[in-house]
Amino acid sequence: MNMHTQPQRTPAETALIDAFGDRLSLLPGDGAVMLKRDDAIEAIKHGLPTRRIESWHYTDLRRLLNAVPDFDPAAMTKAVAPIVEGSAVLAILNGKSDAKTPAVEGVTVQRLSEKLTDGSVAPGLDPYGSDDAIGALNTAFVADGYFVDIADGAELEKPIELQNLQAGGQTHVRLMARVGAGAKAVIVERQAGEGAALTSSVSQLVLGEGAEVTWLIVQEQPETATHLAQFKAHIGKNAKLTLFVMNAGGRLVRQEVMVRTTGEGADFKLRGINLLAGDTHTDVTMVLDHAVPHTASTEVIRNVVTGKARGVFQGRINVHQYAQKTNAKMACNTLLLSDDGEFSTKPELEIFADDVVCGHGATVTEIDHDHLFYLMARGVDEKTARGLLVKAFVAEVIEELDDETIVDALEAKLDDWFVTHG
Amino acid sequence: MLEIRNLHARIVDDGTEIIRGLNLTVKAGEVAAIMGPNGSGKSTLSYILAGREDYEVTEGDILYNGQSILEMDPAERATSGIFLAFQYPMEIPGVATMEFLKVAMNEQRKARGEEPLKIPEFLKRVKEAAASLSMDMAMLKRPLNVGFSGGEKKRAEILQMKLLEPKLCVLDETDSGLDIDALKIVSDGVNALRAPDRAFLVITHYQRLLEHIVPDSVHVLYRGQVIKSGDKSLALDLEANGYAGVIGEAA
Repeated sequence: MNMHTQPQRTPAETALIDAFGDRLSLLPGDGAVMLKRDDAIEAIKHGLPTRRIESWHYTDLRRLLNAVPDFDPAAMTKAVAPIVEGSAVLAILNGKSDAKTPAVEGVTVQRLSEKLTDGSVAPGLDPYGSDDAIGALNTAFVADGYFVDIADGAELEKPIELQNLQAGGQTHVRLMARVGAGAKAVIVERQAGEGAALTSSVSQLVLGEGAEVTWLIVQEQPETATHLAQFKAHIGKNAKLTLFVMNAGGRLVRQEVMVRTTGEGADFKLRGINLLAGDTHTDVTMVLDHAVPHTASTEVIRNVVTGKARGVFQGRINVHQYAQKTNAKMACNTLLLSDDGEFSTKPELEIFADDVVCGHGATVTEIDHDHLFYLMARGVDEKTARGLLVKAFVAEVIEELDDETIVDALEAKLDDWFVTHG
Repeated sequence: MLEIRNLHARIVDDGTEIIRGLNLTVKAGEVAAIMGPNGSGKSTLSYILAGREDYEVTEGDILYNGQSILEMDPAERATSGIFLAFQYPMEIPGVATMEFLKVAMNEQRKARGEEPLKIPEFLKRVKEAAASLSMDMAMLKRPLNVGFSGGEKKRAEILQMKLLEPKLCVLDETDSGLDIDALKIVSDGVNALRAPDRAFLVITHYQRLLEHIVPDSVHVLYRGQVIKSGDKSLALDLEANGYAGVIGEAA
């Protein structure tokens, strides 16, 4: 995975390599899948990425991943209520999918373990380039998840909620979804659990022509868990994807977003909220490829940093040579509420086309004292007033989603976080 | 109700003294107008009454119902019944106006040991107050003051004043940025709140507002001091002859 030969393996690297040997006979997959797994573990044998690898500069995984828990196949956990009432819930409990899934018209669901066994998902298991530690880790160990197919023209009335709930130990899951031409869906990806777990979770989405998808990632791992996640999408002609990411937990979190516009008229929105507390590290890294002409994207990330939390946003937009008339705008705004917290932002625009509009901006601020005074001058005590202003700072991004049930559900999640950390 | 005694105050950041020995008494039920040229300390006085931390009182005292308020923070002053209608109300994105009104009303009720308002009662009060100020309820669905015109912001301030029912109302240049119709609506809103147990401190540049909100007393502020006090005829005199004469007399 990287060109530097590591002098000595870390305990985490050794634990992962040993675990692969132990687990191999239990992992589903035909010959093609098992070959991908072998390649992936080879990459890990070369060492986890360090700060010398550019894309991992702010998240030195080799240093930060200092322990890897054992697998705990006997651990139990239960599905939880979906954030939007009435959603069809597809649960993955302690890394295992459920044989019984709710029937939704226009939607076909298969367990990923079956798709690994028959080898049909093998082509999708390749990591994203040579520095893709999360992709490699997941490909080596992935045992289950779901494959969701939404038929052409299907318009889902209620969201589908994919729940990945860990129970401690290691879990490696993959969620694959194909959304057919003209189909419309809201998909919620819940990432949570109870233990000092190591989870890797890779989501892969393909949007057909004219499809419209809102995908919400709600990550609320406990402050003991390491959560390594990836979201990959291809957006077809005239298709629209809104990806909302909310990080509100975890000890060591990296959420990668890799999106590619593959058809003219494709539109991508990334909206992210990072609520950071305690002694934690959270990294959102996006690589967006505008690969064809006439596509648009906007990215807005809002961060609230308290305690000794550290946050990272890397946003890379590649505009390919023929991707004329690309329109891309990126903003990352941070509210820094403690002297010990920090946030690093790294926007990168790589533009090979000559007729494009691209921009980015980043700010770091404290609570506006004029605003605080105004609220207090109406009788709102200082703590409540601060809470209102911090919530307002991130709620702006949620309210843009424009769907009342989703906005209410996410604001309730926001309130949960403020009750615990406010 | 309000007694300001030999007040001296300066800007915390650079130490500039703005208020230099100000004395003023306002009784319950009284409408007192504060007039004065630019830079005389009118807005500073309003901020100091509301408890803004950018200013530091170095000497003197402010008594409200006989108690010093200098150690109280802005929220405590507000819940005790002091209200400042801002000259430039803040736009606060992300804070929904209705949510803000509900929180502010209930925080004040809580401080007075009253139960929070039930939603229907809250909505009824807001609707009535908005109607009396010819405000569209749709405006209140927006974030606080965001995208409001100057006049709408001033109306929103008076709306808050009506809903919070304060005892000492400080109006900082509430007439600025208002056209004549809006001025009438806002003034009617203020006049409707006049009561024997409520006092007003109306800060303004111009006599115009005082034609609509007729004051019981008029005080001229210059270089951080009240240099002359009188009845409403003083305002007319200032309008006709400017501040120069009054300032000359005092010097």
